[in-house]
Formats: sequence, structure tokens, C-alpha cells
Amino acid sequence: MTETSPPAGRSPRVTANVCQAAGCVSLRSVELSKDLGDRLQKAGVTDAAVKRVGCLGLCAEGPLVRVPETGQLFSEVGVGSEAEAALVEHLATADPTREPRPKPSSFFASQVPIVLENSGLVDPEDIDDYIARSGYEALTTALTEMTPAQVIDQIVVSGLRGRGGAGFPVGIKWQTVAKSTTTDHKYVICNADEGDPGAFMDRSVLESDPHRVLEGMAIAAYAVGADSGYVYCRAEYPLAIKRLKTAIRQARRKGMLGQNIGDSQFNFHVEVRLGAGAFVCGEETALIASIEGQRGTPRPRPPYPAVSGLRGRPTLINNVESLANIAPIIRNGGEWYAKTGVGRSKGTKVFALAGRVVRTGLIEVPMGMTLREVIFDIGGGILDNRPFKAVQTGGPSGGCLPAEMLDTTLDYESLSEKGSIMGSGGMIVLDDTSCMVDVARYFMDFSRDESCGKCIPCRSGTTQLRMLLDKIVEGNADMLDLSRLEELASMVKATSLCGLGQNAPNPVLSTLRYFRSEYLAHIKERTCPAGVCAIASGEAKTS
Amino acid sequence: MNVCTLKIDGVEVVGTAGETILDVARSNNIEIPTLCHLDGLSDVASCRLCVVEVAPSGKLLPACAVAVEEGMEITANSDRLHRYRQQIIEMVFLERNHVCSVCVANNHCELQDKAAEFNLTHFDLCPVNPRLEVDATHERFAIDHNRCILCLRCVRVCSEVEGAFTWGVSGRGLDTRVVTDAGAPWGESDTCTSCGKCVQVCPTGALFEKGRSVAQEKPRRPFLPYLTDKAGVPA
Repeated sequence: MTETSPPAGRSPRVTANVCQAAGCVSLRSVELSKDLGDRLQKAGVTDAAVKRVGCLGLCAEGPLVRVPETGQLFSEVGVGSEAEAALVEHLATADPTREPRPKPSSFFASQVPIVLENSGLVDPEDIDDYIARSGYEALTTALTEMTPAQVIDQIVVSGLRGRGGAGFPVGIKWQTVAKSTTTDHKYVICNADEGDPGAFMDRSVLESDPHRVLEGMAIAAYAVGADSGYVYCRAEYPLAIKRLKTAIRQARRKGMLGQNIGDSQFNFHVEVRLGAGAFVCGEETALIASIEGQRGTPRPRPPYPAVSGLRGRPTLINNVESLANIAPIIRNGGEWYAKTGVGRSKGTKVFALAGRVVRTGLIEVPMGMTLREVIFDIGGGILDNRPFKAVQTGGPSGGCLPAEMLDTTLDYESLSEKGSIMGSGGMIVLDDTSCMVDVARYFMDFSRDESCGKCIPCRSGTTQLRMLLDKIVEGNADMLDLSRLEELASMVKATSLCGLGQNAPNPVLSTLRYFRSEYLAHIKERTCPAGVCAIASGEAKTS
Repeated sequence: MNVCTLKIDGVEVVGTAGETILDVARSNNIEIPTLCHLDGLSDVASCRLCVVEVAPSGKLLPACAVAVEEGMEITANSDRLHRYRQQIIEMVFLERNHVCSVCVANNHCELQDKAAEFNLTHFDLCPVNPRLEVDATHERFAIDHNRCILCLRCVRVCSEVEGAFTWGVSGRGLDTRVVTDAGAPWGESDTCTSCGKCVQVCPTGALFEKGRSVAQEKPRRPFLPYLTDKAGVPA
């Protein structure tokens, strides 16, 4: 939607793309876009437009406004601020044909936008704007020029792996669903139940470019032979849900969803289903149970959803980011996609960079970039010049890597080799003010709170692990407790029913691997090296 | 009939398609411990006592819910699995309040049997000691949540055999409870037929008939055999 627009038939000289994703909206960017329009009108500027767009990435410095014609990024543009006055001045006087384009800042320089290529450029509530940027071109190509098998081939060639965390090859999953026989329906489900603390990749994609996800779902449905689909989105994302529903309505009207898509024989209907606040519903079998109207608890696999999923039918479940990669792969070919990345990890990955870094925000980097490049080049290093201590990837299912591991490359294999995981894309940077035992306890508390209670190792094991960690941070543990902690962590990992329980001990296991001395300091010297844990003074335990 | 051969603990055994690892193991006298499983009811694979190691991945899978396949190599009993099972039983005892000496199910309790079988002489971990309610509003039966191990047999027998759908599950994590009529007191349940099947399938003394004293609750399950050819006596 455009606040002010130049006279019909003339394209604006400059445009102010005002971020309308949740981070900037919370800093009043909706009011800002209205106010900018008013100010331009008052100043008599008729050839500048104000446009509402999705996430501009550098969330730490919101509200953000980018002027794409001149390449200028304005940060911290509060309503009535000096930055806003400077922006209005720039909009009134800038001449994009003359003005030298500034060099992109180090935050943006090494990013490779594929998933986020439209983010911050298209109006997320306007399908025409999406279509103008090659939107739904891939779907039309797939429907008119490719067989379902050819579509799957391109995905296989691309080497795309699931972006929800586990990294299962997307093409293989599609093949399995395509081959599964059924008497009636197959389903495609988009998993938008993003729940890791500090992670907001999927939310940003849905808020910034919802049509891309729908297009990916439609292509997937065509490839596997499905005719209906669901987006399972957590209810905590009201803006994403609103934009998604708007997008579905618009796509239906344009004939890009529904019956006879693009005048072909292909039908595909999409509905939104809301999660009611359970982390475990991001696990695919629990998610399916929740859509079916049952209690959201996982069930043992096999059978996998690809064979028997929603209502017992073959079901394809992909994460938001995986599906957002589909359209560019079909448009440019699988081989084009496979050029980016390293080893068996192709393409890019979106990360939500958070914690004690200078520049937090949403970034998309090619696989194979090192943690050091991400944290120090893109993130700008640690806040207040404090020393870097650890980086946590993969949320409550992931692990912490220390400074010695900063040259680890971001790909599925390297990260899991080092004891962490790629995960869905949460990346939390910690400095020396964090106690690693306390961090492990925080994540264990999260898993304990989110355990569905079905299987004993997860239900009771996360509670016991949490109690052991409590003992350690309170300075009441002995060495026997430490060995109990280690034994129980590996037991919970091995015997739990679903991914939540199997991965819940990871934060403990990885901090034990790299920061064992901190555990020992709490136990043997009854001190917290980071000064976080309040350990009552007293005699050190001798055991 | 589709027959497949596999190895369990080094023994060559034969199973038919559709049978679970547990079925095949038990028909060959290989013991795999279970707690939530009950012949005649569907399986939820939640107690994890029956997890076995399946080569070559080495992944642990629940024997009660995984169908046999040709050429499977299964480790059903090893030191590692024994230790895991011991820890599971220990944690079941610790998450609620199990006091055998005052329990109606004393000497007829599957949890107690498992503790003896696995030589659980002491607890390494800490008890949670929750304060839990007892619902004695039903005229014939009562539930003591202190003794519930959340095997969900009551939920399954109520829906699968009696067809009443009275029992359900509420809460999550350690706060999970079995509930009647979505949380109403049992005595006020509109759907309960008072058949007592839930009481009979309960592995512990959580569900019991009123008027029974210590060690008097002994399960009788004559309603189960029509689903299987096995006798309705507890294992």
C-alpha cells in the first residue's frame, strides 16, 4: 500500500521503503509511514512515494527506512526524530541519477539474499507487487512446462535440505510423498510453529514475503500430487497470520490458489491453522495431531508422515524457510542453487542474530561462512568490546560453541561434529557475563516446561536434569551429581520419544564438553566464574 | 502369509508381517520389559521401557510399536539398555508419591514388580514430592494421582473397549493428569458408564475400587481377551 503516490503514469523518483515487520512495528513504524506521507505532502514533494515493506534486516537499529533508488538506509527513524527530518530532506532533493550509491555496510556486504531477496522490497500485503518481482513465475513455469517429476528433479539437484533444523534432503522427502499411494488426498503442510527462544526467521519471512511461501507450497503440492495444504502457524505471530491470510485471499482471487490454478488442471487449497502455544507442536507428528484436533503430542515414527500423515494420508511437511527457497530454485534451476554453499550443505541459511552482538537482526548468509565472519563482520563484534565467550545455535535443541570454534563453518556437518546443530537459525551470542551452567539451566528449564508429558525420559528426565543443574548453580552439588548429570543426559537423549526429548540434553552436553571447568568451579570451589550464580558463601565441599 | 526372519539377541526368529518386535520376542520367550503396553489395547510407546537397539543405525526404537522387517538385527537386552530401564523406573517412582506399604495395589503392582525385576534398591536422584489430589467423587471408584504413572491405559480402554471416551489427558510435562470429562469430577461425569475397566487395567494403585484396603486391589481383565487370544490375567 502506498501512502502518497505521484500522478498516474509516472513512476516515483524516489521511494521510502518503510519496514513493517514486527520489530519495527513495535517501534511505531506504521505511524512513521503515515507521518512521512503527510510531511511529503506538506512539503509539496509529489514525485516521492512511501511504501510499506517487510523486514530490512538490521533490527537492532529500527525503525528502518531504505530508499532503494539511492541505496540509502536510514536507521532509528522515530516519528518526529531528526532522522525523519533528514529522510524527508533526502526524499525531497535526492537525484538517483547523479547521487553516488553508498557502499553497502559490513552488515549487508557479505549477505546473499535468496530467501530474503524480496524482503524489504515488496509490499507484503500486495500480490501485484510480488508478481512484479517475478512472483508466481516459478509456479506458472512448473505447471505449464514441467512434469511433477521434473520439478522434484530440480529440487534434488539443488541439494536443498530441510531448514527446520534436522536437515533432511527436501528432494528425497518430496520423492517419498510423490511415490506414496493413496485413494484420495495428499497434503502439504507448512511448519510455521517457530518456537526456539531468540529465533524469528520464519516470522520475518511470513511478515515480509508471504506469497513466496504460498508459491513454494503450491509448487510442492503440484510435485507430490497434493490438493490441499495447511500453514500451521503459532498464534503468537498475529501480524504474520494476518498477512498470510491476506495473501491467501489475494492469491485465490488471482487464480494462484484454489481450483484450476493458472488455467491448468491443478487444484490446491490452503488454510491457516493456529498453534496454541506448545513448543512440541513444531515436531511433525505432534503438529499433525494438533491439526487433526487432537492433543498435540508426538507419536513414534515410522510410519513417517510422508507415508501416513494427516488423517492417515501421505503428507509433506516442510518448514517456512525450506518452502521459501522453492520458487527461486524452479526459476533459476537446481544447479544455480547448488553453486552456493559448501559440501553437502547447499544454498543459504537465514539466521536470527541475537544476544551480545553490536548489530542484531535477520541475516542470510551462504552455507560455509564461518561463525567468526557472521559474529564479527556482520554482527560487528561483541557489545561494549567485551570478550566473546560462546555462541549458541539451534536453541534448546542445540549447543554452545566456544571461542576456539569460531572458525567452524556454518554447515550441517561441521556444526553437528562440534556438538551443536544448525537448527532452525537462532544464533545467540554470549559474552563473559554469561555463566554457561546458567545458560544450560535456562534451556533445560525451557525444555522441561515444554515437554508434553507423554514419555517418561523427557517428562521426568528434563525435571531431574533441571534439579541437578539447580543444585550445581546453588553450590550444593558434589562430583557424584556431575556424573549423574552426564549419565542422565545421555539416557534422555537415547530413549526419548521425539526430537524435543532427544535433543533437550544438548545444551548440557555441549557446555560440559567445552566449559567443564565452569561446572567444576561451581562444584569444587563453590564459585561462579562469571559471577552470575548466587552461591551462598560457606565451606567448599571436599567430595 | 508374509514371513520374515530376524535376529533378536543373537537368536534367529521368525515373524509375520504386521507383528511388532515385542510380539515376536515374546512368542520366542525373549523377555522385553513393558509398562504402558497391554495386550488388547493400542500402543502409545510412552514408557520407553521396551526400547531396543536396532542395527545398523544403533537407534533405540520401542519394540511395542515397531513392526518387524526382514533381516533386522535387534539387541533387546544389554547392560546399557538395562541401565536405561532402571533409570526410567527410578524416575517414575520419583515423579509422584509411591508408598507401597499403604497402597491398595501392594503385591499386585506392575511398577513394584519392575522395581524388583530391575533390582532397584535405592534412588540416586531426588524425589519431586508433588502435592497431588485424590478424586473420590465417584460412588464406586476413586483415583489417586499420587500413584498414576501416566501409562494412559485407562484412556485407551475407555475409548477402545468401552467406547465411553470418559478419560482424557490434560496439562503437560510433569503437570500432566488423566482427567474425566475434560476435568470435571469423576462423580459428576455424564459419560462414565461405571464399568470399571479403567480400574482393572491400571498397572498401579492409582485407580481402585472403594472399600479396598492395602494390597486388596487385584486386577481382573476378562473383557480384554476377546481382542486377543491371550488370557485376561495380568502378566
